[in-house]
Amino acid sequence: MSEIRERGLAIQTVSLTKIYGSGNTEVVAMRDVSMEIQQGEVVALLGPSGSGKSTFLTAVGLINRPTSGQVHIGGELVLDGQTAKTDLRAFRRRHIGFVFQKSNLIPFLSAVENVQIAMELNGQPKGAARRRAMELLDYLGVADRAKNRPSMLSGGQQQRVAVARALANQPSVILADEPTAALDGFRGRQVMELFAKVAHQQSAGVVVVTHDHRSLDVFDRTYEMEDGRIRSSTAGAVQDNSLSPR
Amino acid sequence: MNLAWKDIRYNWGRFALTCVGVGMLLMIVIGMGGIYRGIEADATLLIDTVEADMWVVQHQTRGPFAEVSQVPSNVLYRTRAVPGVAGSREFVFHTIQRSYQDRPIRIALMGLSWPEDYGAWIQLTAGRHLQQAHLEMIADESLQLPLGAKIRLGKDTYHVVGVTRNQLSSNGDGIAFVTTRDALAIRFDVSGEAVRLEREARTARGGDAELTDLQPNLLENASLPTSQIPTIAPPQLSAVMVTLQPQADVEEVKKIIQGWSDVSVYSSQDQRDLLLKGSVEKIRKQIGLFRALLTLIAGIIMALILYTLTLDKIHSIALLKLIGAPNGVILRMILQQAVLLGVIGFMIAVALGRRIYPMFPRRVVITQHDLLQLAVILAVISVLSSFLGIWKAMRVQPNEALS
Repeated sequence: MSEIRERGLAIQTVSLTKIYGSGNTEVVAMRDVSMEIQQGEVVALLGPSGSGKSTFLTAVGLINRPTSGQVHIGGELVLDGQTAKTDLRAFRRRHIGFVFQKSNLIPFLSAVENVQIAMELNGQPKGAARRRAMELLDYLGVADRAKNRPSMLSGGQQQRVAVARALANQPSVILADEPTAALDGFRGRQVMELFAKVAHQQSAGVVVVTHDHRSLDVFDRTYEMEDGRIRSSTAGAVQDNSLSPR
Repeated sequence: MNLAWKDIRYNWGRFALTCVGVGMLLMIVIGMGGIYRGIEADATLLIDTVEADMWVVQHQTRGPFAEVSQVPSNVLYRTRAVPGVAGSREFVFHTIQRSYQDRPIRIALMGLSWPEDYGAWIQLTAGRHLQQAHLEMIADESLQLPLGAKIRLGKDTYHVVGVTRNQLSSNGDGIAFVTTRDALAIRFDVSGEAVRLEREARTARGGDAELTDLQPNLLENASLPTSQIPTIAPPQLSAVMVTLQPQADVEEVKKIIQGWSDVSVYSSQDQRDLLLKGSVEKIRKQIGLFRALLTLIAGIIMALILYTLTLDKIHSIALLKLIGAPNGVILRMILQQAVLLGVIGFMIAVALGRRIYPMFPRRVVITQHDLLQLAVILAVISVLSSFLGIWKAMRVQPNEALS
């Protein structure tokens, strides 16, 4: 862990607050959330539905701007309240990889093209992007389905392609929202282990929103959210069998 | 990676059907222009091919293509005496409606000034030109009178000895060429009973006149055909066509003929302009407006199609934005699809039109100029119509990919 700390911060949030609506219809989705995630650290974000996990993830992913608070990525202030301090879309492209509960692949592109497009958008030449996309699919065990469109892939295969896309540009931050929801236990654990491996190898900060307590031992740190706040945090690998559905 | 092409390949069936739909719509737009060109070509074809340098018509009229024109037969000989004139021909032109093999047939009948003019200027697709002064006919193929066909007009039966193509009146009726005498005989044909009654009436009128008491021979003229009665018969030629000598001064010849108080004179270009600015002008404007309306409708339909195509891709667009695609990538995808839709639609329109238009009852003339003009208009429409889709795409938020 001390080795991780020396690398610096991948993500830092300062008093992130997100309020929807106003007056009587005001809903506080996230309140005063401050968090630090080191480079190479894999963090699990737990909590019941509506606790603010996805709101936090979309704020850190620069998709939804917080009402107030700051988001620093790689030591750079990128969001100060509603104000963007940089071109958020370009920043996302270069530094952030996303994996979602639903695989969210582009239906008219093949598996390899879904991975390749992320690199081409980032300025990589087509040939090099294609080669790396194939390597990633091979690494994730779906190279044989590279030319199939998402509709021809199983849920697990789609999710692995989405993971490959998230890894494509070697991002400094990977955000995953229940990435194993569509996978069986074995595949789910494989994906979690993959995140941990990538985080450690690439020094990326990884935040995974999950309900799957079976793989908590993979994470370096666990945060639990409730009512839009961080309720607790646990450092070190966790094996929380008591919360496991089995 | 070309996202537009990838998306089209994914939904190729729908895109192909959309292209066919747009193509058929554009075919109608092209067709409207073609119909106008056809009307213009049909209207001016005769003037262009008859090889006349000048048209001498009834005084203060615009000539036989614009209104009724009648000139005395002697104009034929008077014009020949004008310095610079190489020759002149009679022009008789009228439309009749008869039946042939139990089907109605409208014939624009044109008289050829036999024997000087036997139709040598007419391009034949079958048969030969006229070889005798009576009872022979050259027919346009739109009349569906085949070579060797016999058709009864008036009291005589005419034999089709030649077939031509695209010789139509400004109304679109096929032209049949006969000699001037035959054309007049067909025009003024009346029943035997009517002839007898007319002769009796003339004789009665002649008997009432004191002049016939002094000159009884005048009564004999009453029984002659109308066209042969001196001073009484009305002029029967529609116009006289004048051909000039190669070195003749056109303005000088025109000036001399204009000095005659019973006729007016026009050059072929004047006649052409009068025709286009007269009867054809209104239909030209009508078709032009209709075409503009159709082009606008095509643009609106294309815009809606592209908007719908964009709506179908909203999730993908949101996802592209989420992974950091710049707006230019998304804009290019929609624009490329719009242009491709326009180009393929245009090609389908031209290909379909070339097969379908020949089946139309009137000529549809598609010129390269019109096609080029439409291609440019279509390029503009394609770009403009994609704006609605682009507008929608630009408003998509990346977080919509998560919903």
